[in-house]
Amino acid sequence: MEHLEQFRQEVRDWLEENCPPSMRTPLVPEEEVWGGRNAKYVNPESKLWLERMGEKGWTAPNLPKEYGGGGLDRDQTKVLHQELFRIKARPALNSFGIWMLAPCIIEFGSEEQKREHLPKIIKGEIRWCQGYSEPGSGSDLASLSTKAEDMGDHYLVNGQKVWTSYADKADWIFALVRTGPKEPKHNGISFLLIDMATEGVSTKPITLISGKSPFCETFFDNVKAPKENLVGVENSGWTIAKKLLQHERNFISNFGLAGGGTGSGADVVNIAKKYLGEANGQIANPAQRENITLHKMKEHAFGLTLQRSGDEGAKASAASSMFKYYGTEHNKDRYELMIAAMGNKGLGWTNEGFSDDEQAITKAWLRTKANSIEGGTSEVQLNVISRRVLDLPN
Amino acid sequence: MKLILTEEQQFLKDTAQSFARDKTPVTHFRELRDSDNSQCWDDGVWQEMVELGWSGILVPEKFGGSEFGMAGISVIMQELGKTLTPSPILSTSVLGVSAINMLGSDDQKENYLPKIVAGELTTALAIDEGNHHDPFAIETTAILDGDHWVLNGKKVFVVDGSSADTILIVARTSGKSGESNGISVFVASKKIAGLDVSKISTADSRNYANIEMSDLKLEQNALLGEKDLAGETIEKILDLGRIAISAEMLGNTEEAFEVTINYLKERKQFGVQIGSFQALQHRAAKMFCEIELTKSAVIAAMHAADENSNELERLSSLAKFQAGETLHLVSNEAIQMHGGIGVTDEYDIGFYLKRARVAEQIFGTSEFHQARYADISGF
Repeated sequence: MEHLEQFRQEVRDWLEENCPPSMRTPLVPEEEVWGGRNAKYVNPESKLWLERMGEKGWTAPNLPKEYGGGGLDRDQTKVLHQELFRIKARPALNSFGIWMLAPCIIEFGSEEQKREHLPKIIKGEIRWCQGYSEPGSGSDLASLSTKAEDMGDHYLVNGQKVWTSYADKADWIFALVRTGPKEPKHNGISFLLIDMATEGVSTKPITLISGKSPFCETFFDNVKAPKENLVGVENSGWTIAKKLLQHERNFISNFGLAGGGTGSGADVVNIAKKYLGEANGQIANPAQRENITLHKMKEHAFGLTLQRSGDEGAKASAASSMFKYYGTEHNKDRYELMIAAMGNKGLGWTNEGFSDDEQAITKAWLRTKANSIEGGTSEVQLNVISRRVLDLPN
Repeated sequence: MKLILTEEQQFLKDTAQSFARDKTPVTHFRELRDSDNSQCWDDGVWQEMVELGWSGILVPEKFGGSEFGMAGISVIMQELGKTLTPSPILSTSVLGVSAINMLGSDDQKENYLPKIVAGELTTALAIDEGNHHDPFAIETTAILDGDHWVLNGKKVFVVDGSSADTILIVARTSGKSGESNGISVFVASKKIAGLDVSKISTADSRNYANIEMSDLKLEQNALLGEKDLAGETIEKILDLGRIAISAEMLGNTEEAFEVTINYLKERKQFGVQIGSFQALQHRAAKMFCEIELTKSAVIAAMHAADENSNELERLSSLAKFQAGETLHLVSNEAIQMHGGIGVTDEYDIGFYLKRARVAEQIFGTSEFHQARYADISGF
């Protein structure tokens, strides 16, 4: 404990010296940092902040020091997060590489792959995207058909991915490809890393019901991927894929709860008081007040459950499906309540007649509809809970 | 506040689990229900609990207790809830002990607490007067007449009211119904003129009473603590009661759910286990999520009580709300998923439904706590 308090003081001193002033102000979307070869920094202090945090390894505090991570244990990581939160520091780096890929490289990657990729992920030098879904493979992900043929020193990749977030901005993609076309579907899949700059890779953005989105279609047309970029053993990529989905699920459910990700961060109670008015300090419409209370109580209990899971140090797999299911359904509910509270002000599309904040909530409401689809639908999560947690028969 | 049990609390939970499985499986409750035992719990079983120290978990050490806290008594309640074990632990060891310990003078504590610890005295808290829990809607009056108090009024749905040796009566000494000021608590022995206790018969086959006070005369020292000032403390005592019964309801829920899941794996229709049907699987998975939320709310509330957190009221309401909603859902689904045998008296699952609805009423329904949570939160 004493050692932890000493660590806290060190963190505090370091942040005091190294977190630039503008990085302690609320984040504006155009200053979000994702890193990568082509990163542009509207605010030069974002770049500085990333470099300093990356150098320390604190963009990935719990990854091993030898690969550029922070090398912190669970308690130290918590302290770091608390201290960052205390000074309201902006995230130095948003990264699919850190959230999803790095844990899998640690577990399944070769020593060379760890040395090659992890430091660049942690410093934000290379930006990654995820190539999982295909037009014909949504919930039934294992039916994917993008093929990678063994050509001796490389794989020849042909096919199409969809829902690739930020493919048009990413430097590399981690993709599931079919290497064993004759194997049963789960057994013929491999986990392959592909440089997006390779000839034959192209991307096209997707417009959603909410408007512009980071999603893309990604096409592979006779793309040569060196064999050293296979992670794990050929045809056993499904194991890695499942593990990575757990990391993704945890990430999405935490993000949804924080009101981040596809949210506007607006608080439903404040919105309701503003647009429905107050009566004796209460949300004026009793029926909506009741619905909102119910929502907030579920949110409280769910937040406690995330906390308990952390305190128990529970194994990720069982819990992650529950968190993904509950967190995303809850987030959808929040935006339904929010636009309901706003009445006709909750339905704006452009700035003719609507403020920026109002439009943002409307767009976020539409965007949340995808939360319970992406990263495994709610129905798939319920299947996982039934089979893996409750052990119900197939 | 970490949302896990300490080693000692876990040990206590394990002890309570073995106790409930070995000594008071659901057949024990069935036998009590079918017997003419009007107190609805078994003296021998209660004495064994007393020997384990459960009667004195909230009692300070200097009065013979263990001061093991709300976490301690809650995990016991949770395990007893799994097998529907009836006992006076809620009415006596949670409510009675808390009321006497928080409100009483040293003499009063010395007089009652060691007897409770020793299993020589059981209590009941007489508070509600209407069809719904409403802690300050007190019309029962207590007036000082010379050197004694005179009480008049009616109490309903008093938990363990028909078996308790001593009744703690919440009465109004000033102000009007609905106000938290002007409330006082009195201790009355059951065998006293002017106190009429009549047992009522409820769906859960436990012991509740309606109590009428007609010119009930009590000595001056029957007043627990100070006149007029018990309102705020009563809320705290009720919050502890709410947390304890939420833990019991969590136990009810866990067992009803487990029994149901096992049935889904056994029962075959159309040549397959019915648990293979997605229509049932998804409902089961949703119940699982709600149970996990309930566990978190209950553990947070019991730790908040032990740490004297200023979040106690909100967390107690959250726990009772979430426990009530989840038990309501699971007790209904358990019956439906069992099909025909679920509605027979021969099968135990119906007991959980009957207990559920009564427990939901005790110290405020989910709707009551939803409203309270909204007010405290400033929504």
